[in-house]
Amino acid sequence: MKMKSNIQFVQGNKACIMGALDAGYRFYGGYPITPSTELAELSAVELPKVGGKFIQMEDEIGGIAAAIGASLTGKKSMTATSGPGFSLKQENIGYAMMAEVPLVIVNVQRGGPSTGLPTSPAQGDMMQAKWGTHGDHPVIALTPDSVQETYYMTIRAFNLAEKYRMPVMIMTDEVIGHMREKIVIPNKEDLEIIDRIKPTEKEGYLPYGVEEGETVPKMASFGDGYRYHITGLAHDETGFPSNSNENAKKLLDRLMNKVNHNLDDILDYEEYMLDDAEHIVLSYGATARSARAAIKQMRKDGIKVGMFRLKTVWPFPEERLLELSKNVKNVLVAEMNLGQMVLEVERVVKNNAKILFCGRADGEIITPEEIIETLKEEF
Amino acid sequence: MNKYVKKYLRNDKLAHMWCPGCGHGIIMHQIIKAIDNLGLDKDNICVVSGIGCSSRAPGYMDFDTLHTTHGRALAFATGIKLANPDMKVIVVSGDGDASAIGGNHLIHACRRNIDITTIVFNNTIYGMTGGQFSPTTATNDLASTAPYGSIDRPFDIAKLAAAAGASYSARSTVYHANNLEKLIEEALQVKGFSLVEAMSMCPTSYGKRNKKGTVSDMLEDYKETYININAFNKLPPEKREGKIEMGVFKNETYPEYTAEYQKLIDRLKGDK
Amino acid sequence: MSNQFELRLSGAGGQGLLLAGIVLAEAGILDGKFATQTQSYGPEARGGASKSEVIISDSEIDYPEVRTPNLTLALTQEAADKYISKDIINGIIVVDERVEIDPAIKYEKLIRVPIIKTAKNKIGKAIVANIVSLGIIVEATNIVSKEAMESAILNRVPKGTEKLNRMALESGYELAK
Repeated sequence: MKMKSNIQFVQGNKACIMGALDAGYRFYGGYPITPSTELAELSAVELPKVGGKFIQMEDEIGGIAAAIGASLTGKKSMTATSGPGFSLKQENIGYAMMAEVPLVIVNVQRGGPSTGLPTSPAQGDMMQAKWGTHGDHPVIALTPDSVQETYYMTIRAFNLAEKYRMPVMIMTDEVIGHMREKIVIPNKEDLEIIDRIKPTEKEGYLPYGVEEGETVPKMASFGDGYRYHITGLAHDETGFPSNSNENAKKLLDRLMNKVNHNLDDILDYEEYMLDDAEHIVLSYGATARSARAAIKQMRKDGIKVGMFRLKTVWPFPEERLLELSKNVKNVLVAEMNLGQMVLEVERVVKNNAKILFCGRADGEIITPEEIIETLKEEF
Repeated sequence: MNKYVKKYLRNDKLAHMWCPGCGHGIIMHQIIKAIDNLGLDKDNICVVSGIGCSSRAPGYMDFDTLHTTHGRALAFATGIKLANPDMKVIVVSGDGDASAIGGNHLIHACRRNIDITTIVFNNTIYGMTGGQFSPTTATNDLASTAPYGSIDRPFDIAKLAAAAGASYSARSTVYHANNLEKLIEEALQVKGFSLVEAMSMCPTSYGKRNKKGTVSDMLEDYKETYININAFNKLPPEKREGKIEMGVFKNETYPEYTAEYQKLIDRLKGDK
Repeated sequence: MSNQFELRLSGAGGQGLLLAGIVLAEAGILDGKFATQTQSYGPEARGGASKSEVIISDSEIDYPEVRTPNLTLALTQEAADKYISKDIINGIIVVDERVEIDPAIKYEKLIRVPIIKTAKNKIGKAIVANIVSLGIIVEATNIVSKEAMESAILNRVPKGTEKLNRMALESGYELAK
């Protein structure tokens, strides 16, 4: 007996690299850190085989910087990290947002703060993903809950990064990154792969200029003869620094609108057993697996409960959650931290339903029983 | 108009933002002259900088130009060069940018011997932000954050690069402009990591506070202080006092990083 | 979740239990079932006792950690002391003959057999103790088919060692009979 050639039993971190390669991934810049190290190791193995490049930089900051530099030459680039490394990368995440450089950043979350629990799972960087770098900026962050989904979400992360010219984060966790599961690899022809749109006319090229009503400028690669300028300073559509308040507003509005005007395309979530639900469990990543187990158990006991699972934590699917919350008694947020996305839920749900919280940050995944108990306390 | 300015600078972005008497314009001028001497293709040159006065230079230069975050120019440049080894990648950086916040990237770029030419605009001060001391500020010099004289010992950037494994390392000054041009031209031809440390005066944030006189006095100082490394080495120790070496500190051939990576790719292809 | 079978394979680092866990899960997949495998990382995984956990199920596996194992394997005393719980009724416990089981431990069935000695003396390589263990597990539980187990092993082991590993697997079957 042999497994079908399109079936493999692999770790989440491996599925991430498999998805990346199928999306056209060609450059890794990073620094090894547990529990994301397999992403660096597998990139070191696979990239040179497809003519891509892997570089282990001297530190986390250099890792993301090199990946941004490579992306400017037209290569689909990734950097990967965990906790402490995610903190170190924040300044250049902001740079990539400001300079509008496509990039995938994978954070395999571990226990924090500081060095914390290097080999244990957590979901404690959710707010950091949104607010970690200084200033206002758009964020896209995805949270896979299985090895299979890690594969597809990595492809999606590259697609979104290329389409919207911005860094996209995959906020996975140690459980999903390290567990092995079956993955079915689709036919390459069935995958939608998106590449950045390049300009065709050198004359009058505006690296940060868009047509009326559009938000994403065309992107020339360094070396293609466009000879243009990129800066992290506030800039006008020519790419050169500008101190004008009017320009700064125009730029920031456009950056935010890249996400805000395209929510239909970007937002992704799963509604599980919500049709008749009186209670919603909102969860994401590894914790959503416990939530699903808890819901199956409670359904057996006759409790009408379902799950709203975030696949994009950022942008947050607030419209849909608000709608759903109007028909339920409780919204229970389960996450491996001491209260992060629950703040967003409180902001959105307000008094429509009672908000319950089930969280822990001790390095252990939340159990289905803990979720059940939190909800049952309300009965 | 100067033919180099016309050919290599973004004339609509001039006049530049540097203070009167600043040496940085001379260094930028010598860089474009060296590029012209070598007949390099404008479309295939990328100039990368970090943050500071020096790092504004790329904005004026008509190539693909990248103004990055403080200290990280070499890390961005490493990504560009490795992803597109055909490009000529030049980093312009200040003394603080290159040897303080970016010091780690500098020594590792040297160690890898990646084919990037780095020009350090060394004015021994954080000029743009009003004169805080840098890793190259001389001991006892005054700075806004060394109001009683700096107690720090300075780096010698050219020697640091040589020791860290760069193929090529040299130093000159804006007084010795012709020599500076020649060294940059040499550096641009090196297949490996090359660094030219260009001493540049900052009359506004360094000269005034340290009573260095006029800009001509500061240029005169370079003339008196900097002597060729071979002449320096022949001097008896007591006569070296107050003198600083300039010229080529190192010019060696080592394996170059992107070429080694290409060999790896080719080897894996062969294995198939 | 009665159709879900949870296993904890433990022993000393270097005894090949990570591979055993993967092979077992892959055998489950070959049988058309769902499977997950997780392991301990970090300082815990270096030397000392280490574990690899496998869940095999007829349906999708949600919560991925093993809490009340239906079977626990311990090849060393240290692993047994660390990973066999006194607080639950353990399912099947499989240990090497040299491992002492604390009388306070409750279980459904205990299989205490010469796993390491069989690997070393009968097969001639201590390294195949993990495969001998898999033979015992399959014989004792039928959690995966023998055909799937044999295929899963042969798909993973280095070329040239197939015969050795097949012998080890069959010795495991015998030990559990």
